[in-house]
Amino acid sequence: MKNYIKLELAALGENEGFARNAVAAFALSLNPSLNELSDIKTAVSEAVTNCIVHAYSHEKGKKIVIECEVERFDEGGELHIRITDFGVGIEDVERATMPFFTTLPEGERSGMGFTIMQTFMDDFCVESKMGEGTTVRMRKRIGCLPTQEELKACEKERVNA
Amino acid sequence: MRICAEKRGETLYISVSGELDEHNAARARMEADKLAENCVGKTVRAVFDLGSISFMDSTGIGFLIGRYKRFARFGIPMYVTNLNTTTDKILQMSGIYTIIPKI
Repeated sequence: MKNYIKLELAALGENEGFARNAVAAFALSLNPSLNELSDIKTAVSEAVTNCIVHAYSHEKGKKIVIECEVERFDEGGELHIRITDFGVGIEDVERATMPFFTTLPEGERSGMGFTIMQTFMDDFCVESKMGEGTTVRMRKRIGCLPTQEELKACEKERVNA
Repeated sequence: MRICAEKRGETLYISVSGELDEHNAARARMEADKLAENCVGKTVRAVFDLGSISFMDSTGIGFLIGRYKRFARFGIPMYVTNLNTTTDKILQMSGIYTIIPKI
């Protein structure tokens, strides 16, 4: 059976640390490496930070829902994460996910959040509806043997280096 | 999150420890700038030691670029050192090393 958790938290900065550590703790059952765990924490932190900084224009009822599922295979497993807010929505998702794009440059924001989620996880997608909110879905394979393509890419990198 | 500064010769070392995320970025900025302000005289280079960072996300990119701009006003170049795998991956991705080299 797939294991599953659902967390609902207030969209407040002080919950950023809790959110990423809770997801990392849940992922531990898949026996991830330290690097995999670190990737998960970083990606979750980016998604949750977006909800806190960008999603809500009003103070009341700001919330984030985090749902995670782990699936175990004979060799390793998979972690699925869904992070949802019920805020203003993103007008142009394609533009928002471009590296260095930010609507708030004055806060020393890098505009790299979505790029990091994309790079650190194996699958990533954003769904957003104006006035209704945004959902980020991410998937990461944990502890799986590398595929033939990945082995080839590694070998190529090694030769180039 | 804690920030300490130490001057060794003409080099100002600023070490950041703990978790650097959006929630504590404002405090990190304020503390780093306060420490830097007291030391800019006779400083030839600033080195940010990230060896004791236990967590950092893209907030770190904005934080470092912000400090880089402040030091640049005084003509002081900035460097980063002691990166772990994840901080290195994040900074590498951002292309920040072209302005803030890794030593």
